[in-house]
Parts: sequence; C-alpha cells; structure tokens
Amino acid sequence: MLELVVPGILAGVACYGMAKGVDVYDALLVGAGKGLEILLKILPALVTLLTVVAMLRASGGLEVLADVLAPVLGWLGIPPETVGLMLVRPISGSAALGVGSELISTYGPDSTIGRTAAVMLGSTETTFYTIAVYFGATGIRKSRYAVPAALCADAAGFFFAALTVRLFMK
Amino acid sequence: MAMTVIWTGMTVGALVFSLALGNQAELAPAALDGASSAVQLGISMAGVLCLWMGVMEVMQRSGLAEKLARLLKPVLGRLFPDFASDKGTMDTLAANVSANLLGLGNAATPLGLETARRMSRRTPGVAGDSLCMLVVCNTASIQLIPTTVAAVRMAAGCEAPFDILPAVWVTSALSVSVGILAAKGFARVWKE
Repeated sequence: MLELVVPGILAGVACYGMAKGVDVYDALLVGAGKGLEILLKILPALVTLLTVVAMLRASGGLEVLADVLAPVLGWLGIPPETVGLMLVRPISGSAALGVGSELISTYGPDSTIGRTAAVMLGSTETTFYTIAVYFGATGIRKSRYAVPAALCADAAGFFFAALTVRLFMK
Repeated sequence: MAMTVIWTGMTVGALVFSLALGNQAELAPAALDGASSAVQLGISMAGVLCLWMGVMEVMQRSGLAEKLARLLKPVLGRLFPDFASDKGTMDTLAANVSANLLGLGNAATPLGLETARRMSRRTPGVAGDSLCMLVVCNTASIQLIPTTVAAVRMAAGCEAPFDILPAVWVTSALSVSVGILAAKGFARVWKE
C-alpha cells in the first residue's frame, strides 16, 4: 500500500491540477526552483553543523554524553544517541537537520536510531524560532504560557517518535 | 546568537573531550570529512527536494490548500472559541493551518503572522489564550509529507524513504494534541 503513496500523489496532484486548469508543468518547474533555493539556504548550515558534529563524534564526547543520559532516556525508550538532536531541535531547524542527517547516515536510514531521528525531525518544529517570529511581529511582551505549552508538545513528539518507530517499524 | 554559543561550545567540547580521551589525532580528519559530507548530502538531497517543492506548488495553484482550509474550519472554531465568530481571523487561521499541513512553510508563516496580528489587537502586548494556542499549533509540526527528511533518508541510501509516514503522522498528531491540552490546561491556571 505504502509504496503507492508517492506515485499516487504525483499522478493525483497532476490530474487535479490539470482539471483545474493549472499549468502543471510550469508549477513543477517553479517549485523545483524553490527547492534549489531552500537547498542553498540550508547548505551553509549543513556544512558548519556536520563539521562540528563529526568532531564531537570523533572526540568521543557524544558517547560520553549519551552514556550519562542513557538511563533516563532508556527508561523512556528513546535511543540516547539522539540526545544532540533533541537539544538543538527547538533552537535551529537547519542545525537539527544537520545533526539528524548525521545520525541517519552514521547509523543507517533503516536503523532504529536513524528512523527515530527521521520521525523526530518530521514531527517537531523549531519552537523558539517560531515563538520569536510570532511574538516579535505582534509586539507581545508577555508570552504567558506559550513557551511551556510548546515545549510540552516537543517533548511529547520526541517520546512518541521513539515509541511509534518501535511499534510500527520492525 | 544562540547558535553562536552552541557552535563554539560544541567545538571547544570536542577539543576538550578528545584531549581527555586521547582521541586528538582523529579530530582534524573528522572535521574535514564532516564538511565535505555536508555538500555530498546536499547534492543527493537536491532531486527529491526540488521534485516535492514542485508538487507542493501544483497543490497550491490548483486550490487544494483552500479546499483543506474549508474542511478545517469546524475543528478550528472549537480550538479558538474567542475568535470563532470573527470571520476574517478564522479565514487566515484556516489558511495558515492548511499551508502547514501541506508543508508550505513559506506560505504558512505570513498567514500565521496575519492571524496573530488580528488576535493581538484585542490584548496589545499580552498573549491571549487564542494567540498562545496559535503559537502552539505553529510550533508543533503538522506537516503531512516531511519532504526534507525523506530527502535526507533517500540520500543515505534508503529504498523507501516514505516508510516513516505512519509513524510521523501518529507522532505529529499526539504531539500537537499534547500541546493543545497543555495550552488549554495552562489557560485555566495562568490568569495574569
């Protein structure tokens, strides 16, 4: 079933667009151009972050950090290797992508760690950045409970990412 | 600035750990490898990223985003009772949420900010309950197709980069629900 999702979306969206009189091919080209722009925007961050994460890994520091947090995270069912990802996820989207893609390529995209990292990346957002943009644009000084509530959502996302990977993907 | 502190801290940390653990010889090659692997990753991500951004563009132009927005309105009225009768605000809100669902980040942010501006007019300077809820909904990712992550997995040699979709959907739904419940809970006790 799942292997039909991608071709299904491609064909379905194209047919729907054509039926609505959209110049589908032109839209695809414009969108692909936007994709390149995104890539150019995240590439500098990928370079800086992958450099420093590779250094941390080579230094043995990441393992020490993972070992320290392993008991707590293990109890929650979260692979301790993902600790770096969880720390940067709310702060910077491109940093999280860098750290996450390093996990995915180091442990393999179909490993439990790689999958958990992928689900974490796909189901959480750059919380602090978003909050800064929204409250900055509206001149809000008293943010009340927005930050703690948003962080609850992030924490739940990390926990359930590990849980769903364990349950859904063997 | 936050990233400046983090990056510097990580570099110094790597240096300190490598000295303490005797791994200092591996540090320099790792740094160079890391930098070049980032460019390789970028190149292998490019195809999937461009393709999906194209599909998103078709969705947007063909009005799929608007259609989704209409479906969402009844649910949103419940989450934002203070603004349920304010048609202008509900319109931009529904458009914001549907753009988020489709992964149209560039379209979602301006719509969300317009919604936030309308909501903040009632209580200038202070985030009301609805504005807090809006922020929570926008900080919890509700994207249906996580394009960038799929591109990363693809680049790492994954044959079915979208096989994480069910896990992503369930996780997103639960995480957003926890955020909404937390916001509703805080709204009762956090009066000031």
